[in-house]
Amino acid sequence: MSRAAARRVLPGFGLTLGYTVLYLSLVVLIPLSATFLRSTELGLLRFWEVVTAPRVLASLQLSFGASLVAALVNAVFGFIVAWVLVRHEFPGRKLVDALVDLPFALPTAVAGIALTALYAPTGWLGTWLEPLGIKVAFTPLGIVVALAFIGLPFVVRTLQPVLAELDRELEHAAHGLGATGWDSFRLVVFPTLWPALLTGCALAFSRSVGEYGSVIFIAGNIPMVSEIAPLMIMTRLEQYEYAEATAIAVVMLLLSFGMMLGINALQLWAQRRQGAR
Amino acid sequence: MAGGSVIAEAEAQLRDGLESAAARVPGQLGRAGLVAVALGYVGAFLVLPLVVVFAMAFSQGLAAFLQAIQDPDAVAAIALTLTVAAIAVPLNLVFGVCAAWAITKYDFRGKGALITLIDLPFAVSPVISGLVFVLLFGANGWFGDWLAARDLKVVFAIPGILLATVFVTFPFVARELIPLMQAQGREAEETAISLGASGWQTFLYVTLPNVRLGLLYGVLLCNARAMGEFGAVSVVSGHIRGMTNTMPLHIEILYNEYDQVGAFATASLLALLALVTLVIKTMIERRDPAARAARRGAGH
Repeated sequence: MSRAAARRVLPGFGLTLGYTVLYLSLVVLIPLSATFLRSTELGLLRFWEVVTAPRVLASLQLSFGASLVAALVNAVFGFIVAWVLVRHEFPGRKLVDALVDLPFALPTAVAGIALTALYAPTGWLGTWLEPLGIKVAFTPLGIVVALAFIGLPFVVRTLQPVLAELDRELEHAAHGLGATGWDSFRLVVFPTLWPALLTGCALAFSRSVGEYGSVIFIAGNIPMVSEIAPLMIMTRLEQYEYAEATAIAVVMLLLSFGMMLGINALQLWAQRRQGAR
Repeated sequence: MAGGSVIAEAEAQLRDGLESAAARVPGQLGRAGLVAVALGYVGAFLVLPLVVVFAMAFSQGLAAFLQAIQDPDAVAAIALTLTVAAIAVPLNLVFGVCAAWAITKYDFRGKGALITLIDLPFAVSPVISGLVFVLLFGANGWFGDWLAARDLKVVFAIPGILLATVFVTFPFVARELIPLMQAQGREAEETAISLGASGWQTFLYVTLPNVRLGLLYGVLLCNARAMGEFGAVSVVSGHIRGMTNTMPLHIEILYNEYDQVGAFATASLLALLALVTLVIKTMIERRDPAARAARRGAGH
């Protein structure tokens, strides 16, 4: 007892931890477990039927596929944005740095209608893309655009601190030893950065999979083509098929929680790797 | 002959200079190219969507914009959004402070698990965040009969909207505070206590001044999400005009009715809120680089 008491010099342990656990249970844990319990009402066979229906499978495939593509797009462009923000001085740098957080602050429905207005065939960007045969709005490509918007800050904000702490001496040394810029990037910079890059992409990916507001306007929601998984839950709910909606939700929750644990492990590993340097 | 050697030296210098300049040109070009790519991406993906919101809102002139935001349904939606945020944000603020204090000021088992559980709502799709409360309080939910017998409505009414909003904005303040308070350590608080301060005084006069900017940022993000939440609220709201429509839901309805000016006018108010959030955030970081460092270290 004495050791625990010595470590708890500050008052309020019982009160703050108690309230934290109580509030967490009431708001998050109990409602979420209720969802899992309700999904058992269907029975295993019906559950399986619901979640493997072709339209549901197509939507899951689309949600995960589009999120993956968007994460890869952000891996490339998010990297360039982070790199330029940390390494280069250019007019408007601070403005760009502040703007990167816009997808965190802008409501998803606003982002959704704005992107649709831009990429619709008559929109500012759609007018230019249409003659080239590129259709963005109301196609899976539009979903990727919306998810790339949502995911950008995750990649940039995860990379930025690691890039800023990167030891420039190593690059100078590589340069002094005759390495070209590309070699020193490939052999010195990238090996330090890629755990952070992976973590950022994983965070963006996991947010994208469940994203609804920014996607729903631009997607067009064509069955088997551009219906995302959260929309399938929504559709079931609108038809008062609660058990079916819950079954799809449980599959998504399990996948999301799995990803969350994976990301936690990834972050720990990346931190340890960075710390070891 | 001395003159000749000076000229030769100058020539050699010039040659060296030209060579290194030639070597630098591709580097500079590459640098300018990278900056251009970054600016192009940010311009197309972040600036244009923002600009188009305001352009569409004012596309029929100022009068049409003003008329759209003074529409009774729009006013009701704004009022509901403000009310919901005014309740949800303080609830999650108190929770966030409690959780951060418990997690950063004491050692106990299961701390890592607790932090992960606090993050849970971030991993849940907004639509599922709404569904969860329909399953509990909806007509055939666990408490559906109990509520119906007492003529109480949660789902398709304001309490449901409030619950869903509290759920999705749950982690924001705690997430912002935990890394900050972890970085501050415990010594200052322990000294205050040993000098005879009460726990409450210690928090108010020792802890709070050190974390107030981070706390403010957490509250801002929490508020932005509370006012802008769409998916979760959409599931529980029932979309009753002038009654259970928040601003994002009002936007959706007008948009689906092809009322572009109306939809974008309301959207421009939320976009303005987002801009104000970003401006205050930038000011906070300028004043307190430590907050930025702690947050970034946490990979937020």
